[in-house]
Amino acid sequence: MKALLLGVLATCVIGVVAYYGLNNAGWSSQDVYSSDNVRLD
Amino acid sequence: MLNRLLSIALLVMTVSVTGVWAQEIDRSSTGGAQNLADILARQNAQKVDNSFRSDATGDPSIAAPTTENLGTLGGQSDPELWRALRFGSADVTVSSGGRVAEVIMQDTGSAWLQFREGPLLSYGAYILGGTLLALLVFYLLRGPVKVDEPFTGRTVTRFKAVERFAHWLLASSFIALGLTGLLVLFGRLYIAPLLGKETNALLLEYSKLVHNSIGWAFMLALVMIFVFWVAHNLPDKTDIKWFAQFGGIVGKNHPPAKKFNGGQKIIFWSVIVFGSVISLTGVSLLFPYEVPIFAQFNPLMNQLGLAELIWGNTLPEAPLPHQEMQAAQMMHTGAALVLMAIIVAHIYIGTVGMQGAYDAMGSGEVDEAWAHQHHSLWLEEVKEKEGAAPKSATPAE
Repeated sequence: MKALLLGVLATCVIGVVAYYGLNNAGWSSQDVYSSDNVRLD
Repeated sequence: MLNRLLSIALLVMTVSVTGVWAQEIDRSSTGGAQNLADILARQNAQKVDNSFRSDATGDPSIAAPTTENLGTLGGQSDPELWRALRFGSADVTVSSGGRVAEVIMQDTGSAWLQFREGPLLSYGAYILGGTLLALLVFYLLRGPVKVDEPFTGRTVTRFKAVERFAHWLLASSFIALGLTGLLVLFGRLYIAPLLGKETNALLLEYSKLVHNSIGWAFMLALVMIFVFWVAHNLPDKTDIKWFAQFGGIVGKNHPPAKKFNGGQKIIFWSVIVFGSVISLTGVSLLFPYEVPIFAQFNPLMNQLGLAELIWGNTLPEAPLPHQEMQAAQMMHTGAALVLMAIIVAHIYIGTVGMQGAYDAMGSGEVDEAWAHQHHSLWLEEVKEKEGAAPKSATPAE
């Protein structure tokens, strides 16, 4: 049961790290395929 | 069960992409241009060789000099230029945006959308629904596989903590990916009419966020279980006996098996193969146009003759960036649906379908009676190792 809970927890942690990591690294589609010149926000 | 699933998967891919070729069409009356026979063939859902159009794009090298009649056209008429744009052979130069922006038009988008909204949804529902129904019928007819001998109370360690962690990392990420993937695939069709478009949009937004982020956990776990278990999952002669006796699931016999039996080996290799396909195409979809995989895959399939065998046609050797994305989406979803059906069967046998099976991944300890019935050769190996342990070891004082 401990391994199950750790596995679920690790999935969540990896997901959060991947989300913030990739966005901060400039990998979001917004960063890759757009620029300040063509965005209103 | 697996054979049936694979057959259906192959059928889906074949039927959806392969049509009947139209007989050779005589275009002499139109000077080589499209005529009524072409239109009728398409209306009858027959495939027409489009090379008479895709190749008719003019030839600037044989253009008449500008001093001659028509010389200023550069050897290409307007229709020829538009054909070149439509079939992706025009020499387009753009100042920014790279190869993606060089594609002015591409007609495979319609075929992809028809597949995405047609066979992919319907066959996907058949595969998943059929598997659930088959398992329900099987459970009602057969019931759970019980352990024949009484439990001994003595246990052996089946999986170490790190193995169970990798399994649950893979399982939890796959379930999250599967559910969010199904929401993305079927949301517009089933959720929007039932719960409204606003709810569907909200679900899709969060599904995409979860799906894109959790894929990394799945890939990490896939590598871990491959490293941990590949040596135990190589086929050997015990598998033949195991399959010959239907693994003890049908009938009263319980064939001998090592750490993993024939059925588990099929699950393992299905997870590795389909999981790798899903991971590769998933990365390609996560970074649009940055990770082209079909430019390598298609020529290989053509060379091996597999493209002709499965799709009845060769695959484009240099697919357009948009075709890469469309093919990646189809393969990603198709492989995921087949793997989901296989995993549903795996979950069944690991929980309600077999007495005592959950303990192997729950606590990691299984009763010797269970181990003897389902993995007798593995139990013997474990006992031999225990017996061969150095007797000089003394407990700490």
